[in-house]
Amino acid sequence: MVRFENVGLRYGLGPEVLRDLNFRIEPHSFQFLTGPSGAGKTSLLRLLFLSLKPTRGIVTLFGHDIGVLGKDALATLRRRIGIVFQDFRLLDHMTTYENVALPFRVMGREEATYRDEVVELLHWVGLGERMWALPPVLSGGEKQRAAIARAVIARPQLLLADEPTGNVDPSLAQRLLRLFIELNKSGTSVVIATHDIALMDQYDARRLVLHDGRLHVYD
Amino acid sequence: MSMPDHAHDEMAAAPRPPGGPMPRFEAAIVPKSSIAGRALMAVVAIMTFLASLTTGAVMLVQAAAGEWQSEVAREVTIQIRPAPGRDLDAAVNQAVDIARAQKGIAEVRPYSREESGRLLEPWLGSGLALDDLPVPRIIVVRLASDGGHDVAALRQAITALPGASLDDHRGWVERMRAMARTAIAGGAAVLALMFVVTVLSVAFATRGAMANNKPIVEVLHFIGAKDGYIAGHFQRHFLALGFKGGAIGGGAAIALFAAAQLLSDWFLATAGGDQVSALFGSFSIGVAGYLAVALQVGLVSIVTAVTSRRTVRQTLAEMT
Repeated sequence: MVRFENVGLRYGLGPEVLRDLNFRIEPHSFQFLTGPSGAGKTSLLRLLFLSLKPTRGIVTLFGHDIGVLGKDALATLRRRIGIVFQDFRLLDHMTTYENVALPFRVMGREEATYRDEVVELLHWVGLGERMWALPPVLSGGEKQRAAIARAVIARPQLLLADEPTGNVDPSLAQRLLRLFIELNKSGTSVVIATHDIALMDQYDARRLVLHDGRLHVYD
Repeated sequence: MSMPDHAHDEMAAAPRPPGGPMPRFEAAIVPKSSIAGRALMAVVAIMTFLASLTTGAVMLVQAAAGEWQSEVAREVTIQIRPAPGRDLDAAVNQAVDIARAQKGIAEVRPYSREESGRLLEPWLGSGLALDDLPVPRIIVVRLASDGGHDVAALRQAITALPGASLDDHRGWVERMRAMARTAIAGGAAVLALMFVVTVLSVAFATRGAMANNKPIVEVLHFIGAKDGYIAGHFQRHFLALGFKGGAIGGGAAIALFAAAQLLSDWFLATAGGDQVSALFGSFSIGVAGYLAVALQVGLVSIVTAVTSRRTVRQTLAEMT
């Protein structure tokens, strides 16, 4: 599904922040991405969600070399990836329902064709009562769940989550982890970037550890 | 999406409460109302208003200058100087007959001795005994507005009379033409500057308003929206915003010109009104003026839309 071959990344003329990355993310797999602050987790996530292109090496996503793809083709690939940002990035002028339905809208689907699906998912993540609320009135946990719902609504093949439990209490963190595990069981590959060792200890999964720009894989 | 049953237990799904806020299913991708958007609309409205005023003023000056020129150019003056033993009345009648015999002459009006005296009153005072002064006699010849006149032939025929000369106001017309050209060139320069300022300020205000929308562009990008989709939404939104602002500014300018025209029509018969009318003509920018204002509104809307599109494209280019 994802293959990195001798990938290096530098910003401008600065030093390489990621060096010689060689790894794969297999279909239906679950992995934590961890490492100390400044190790390059966010840069690696940005490479994974096609926000950056490597300065050397080859990144292959769903069988495509991203270095040779045009903008529209990259946008089409992004639709197969769900992203949960640490700061949620919900659109404040849209209701929870509209935020979650956004991936369907950009695909050009008619509202009537996805309404039931969105409503069902919102109930599933416990936001049934908050469907018509705007993000500024949602709590941190509700925003987090709305962001996760938006990331998974279009059934992505790969889900990337950046510190998804960074803003929630341990009990909600555990519930969110359960949600990711359920999604993984239903066929989505999951990559969770986190510092939270307690969270990683709750689930026995592959660990990708970044240190000083290099990746160490613990299967 | 079909969810596992135990996940439902985990996430405690709740039914929708009755009587909650009205459901809304598809908000505009770009928020319709924002402080930056209103500020941009105000900038567009003000700049369009000022640009429209400048355009209208230039068109008024152009029309007035054209009117002055044609008024002066449509008139020639025959002058018959007195000389010992010359019968001025007979010479005037002869000149009038010559003028009337020419083609393209609308009116020939000889000034009587009294009328000529009245022309001199501002300089020499009233109650003059004109018989004691060698006052020339004047004949005003109005040329037909549809052309057909031959001033050179008229001059040749008139100058054949002793003591007669013909003044076609060429000097005045040339000065008038030079003045009008200067006024129009000045107006065009001001208009060009105004246009540049309008485009720049609208472009900068659009960029400012777009900066607030950067998070929307980013989110759309990361969930797989194509660049054309994102740029299209912003372009449509800003085109509408620019059009609204332009319509307010252009509409205000049109209202101002219409009011000025109405006022000048009301005061047309008064002394002040006549002065204003002599200077600015009918004070109407005409259909061409209103079309120019409408064109500016369209242009400003397009500048706003194109700037927003370019800004979105730049933002997207920075993201990949």
